[in-house]
Amino acid sequence: MAALSMPTAVAAASSWGSELLNALEVGVSPEPALVAARQRAARALADRTLPSRRQEAWRFTDISPLLAINPAPLAPATTSGSILPSAAAGAVRLLLDGLGDPLAGVTLPAGLETIPTAALEALLQDQPRDLGADDFSKDRSHERSSHAAARAGSEAPWSGLLAAATAGRLLALRVRGVVEPTLELVSDAASSAGVLPLRVLLILEPEARLELLQVHRAAGASLTTVLLEACLGAGARLSHGLIGEGGGPAVLMADLVIDQQPGSHYAFTSAVAGWALSRLEPRVLQSGGGATTRLRSLQRVDGRQIADQHSQVRFDGPEGELDQLHKAIADGAGRSVFNGAVAVPRAAQRTNAVQLSRSLLLSDRARIDTKPQLEIVADDVKCAHGATVSRLQSEELFYLQSRGIAAATASRLLLRGFCGEVLRELPAAASIWQPLAMVLAEEAPRP
Amino acid sequence: MIRPEAPVLLEIRDLHASVADQPILHGVNLTIRAGEIHAVMGRNGSGKSTLSKVLAGHPAYIVTGGSVSYRGEDLLALAPELRARRGVFLGFQYPVEIPGVSNLEFLRVATNGRRLEQGAEELDTFAFEDLVRERLAVVQMDPAFLERSVNEGFSGGEKKRNEILQMALLDPLVAILDETDSGLDIDALRIVAGGVNQLATAENATLLITHYQRLLDVITPDYVHVMAAGRILRTGGKELALELEDRGYDWVDAELAALAPQPVEVG
Repeated sequence: MAALSMPTAVAAASSWGSELLNALEVGVSPEPALVAARQRAARALADRTLPSRRQEAWRFTDISPLLAINPAPLAPATTSGSILPSAAAGAVRLLLDGLGDPLAGVTLPAGLETIPTAALEALLQDQPRDLGADDFSKDRSHERSSHAAARAGSEAPWSGLLAAATAGRLLALRVRGVVEPTLELVSDAASSAGVLPLRVLLILEPEARLELLQVHRAAGASLTTVLLEACLGAGARLSHGLIGEGGGPAVLMADLVIDQQPGSHYAFTSAVAGWALSRLEPRVLQSGGGATTRLRSLQRVDGRQIADQHSQVRFDGPEGELDQLHKAIADGAGRSVFNGAVAVPRAAQRTNAVQLSRSLLLSDRARIDTKPQLEIVADDVKCAHGATVSRLQSEELFYLQSRGIAAATASRLLLRGFCGEVLRELPAAASIWQPLAMVLAEEAPRP
Repeated sequence: MIRPEAPVLLEIRDLHASVADQPILHGVNLTIRAGEIHAVMGRNGSGKSTLSKVLAGHPAYIVTGGSVSYRGEDLLALAPELRARRGVFLGFQYPVEIPGVSNLEFLRVATNGRRLEQGAEELDTFAFEDLVRERLAVVQMDPAFLERSVNEGFSGGEKKRNEILQMALLDPLVAILDETDSGLDIDALRIVAGGVNQLATAENATLLITHYQRLLDVITPDYVHVMAAGRILRTGGKELALELEDRGYDWVDAELAALAPQPVEVG
């Protein structure tokens, strides 16, 4: 793409989105509940320009790898897909391929149920209305404010709109009580080319508990674009892991819209490596404050890869808590971007927020851009942030060497230690994906 | 234990070294035989810590002249990890904290590297746990420290015990202990010194780098060397340490001034 002159590049960029939408017109028809929502998102998308580095939110992120993807639905590859490891004991796996029903042939564990089409259509309205005659819990305040399309509207990032405009299937689940098994959502574009849009909606009733593991894999010229919305009722707990294992020209974009009612707890841990371009946008709203949010992320780039994490946390009420740690490893000529926005408006008194970004620069050609973005209006708050960018510490290396550990092994031990701090917070069911080997691009036996 | 017929383990000849282009060592000579305990004393900046770092192979310290022979082999030609595997151990004055790396795994990888060099079999996780639990007794260390990250959040005394534990596992032939007594209260000092005494045999040697006499009250050296301005100024028996304690280091300055005038470098 670098060879294109500027006007040509802009033309190529602006046509990419419309080409994709046109291609989808003739593609599979969406499920009924999605028709209206998809059209709205498509209109909103048409009004947007494609992301470019002239926009503040994309200043450090070159989308050339995205424009290199054929703007058409994912075409099955001629080669067979890679073999997935078996799900961990105590995990229920749903395969998301954007076409089939992920629930076909699956018995949902106790506590999980699908949301009927009528209720779903209401949930996906621009302005949610009373859901009427169904027998779900009376308190729907968490659903109204959480309704992701409201935030997937004008405020939504481009990637979320893209997923909303293009996904033909929606996995929508209601969670009641404690769900014992880990819910594992897996997509694997393997070596196929094209666009794989995925959309997931989770409604956690008050006091519900769920452990969720999202796994996205791809190795071909594909874009996996995900919109996941989760609404946590009062006292609900969601432990959420995301593993993004990319390869070659593959691109991953994920918009994660989380709404938390007071007393709820949301923990999100992500590990992403190997993508030509990845962009993760966890956006958490504590709509009444008083909730706890724990964010852990790890990304690694090598070669000419770009990994971008744009997180947003907003407290719309008092006494909310955030504990955020972002880590990045940049090698080769890779580029790592982190932007951590935290909004503490006047209503959010006694908020306690800590954000830390720690990056390791392993090469002179790699680049790390890390930026905390704290907007604090409330005056009685504790908000701390810090960012470090360093190389592997030579004193640590020498200490290990002085104990007989070879330099290469010592570096690997230090890197594993660096990653471990984040990876150990993934749901236990994540171990079958061998996240450490994935992040460090080490050879690991695949089960 | 001084035995003139014991094999020479370490022979330092006219060693010169610099750090950040500043010369620190100006011709150190020292011969260490099996079974001996040597103490190197001196003021801050006399070069004694530099000597220990040079022997362990710290990349920031550049040897500009002289030689070091370890059991007949050119020690300076070896990478730091090879020196360690062949049996040269450096106990750090300030042991490094390594977050995220488990102490147990670190100790196992290090021990197995040394064992391979000794022609012994590598230990698997279980066999190693047995060994490490036995060696913990040498420094009366709580097994809970094995589960933590290397030195992370350890107190000064715990870090020094962890150093001696590593020494107990690595079974070195030459152990260089850099200010092992610094930052220790009297109980911790006894435990650490007791560990060093237990590990001293007729086959290995210990080089204690220290500022104070008090370590030498609990570990009896065969030789005491006084270092100043990057070389060994005087060598004697354990009574030399007592003399230093008594007279302080001022006489060292006088003796130094009496030598051929030469700029005094500190580091």
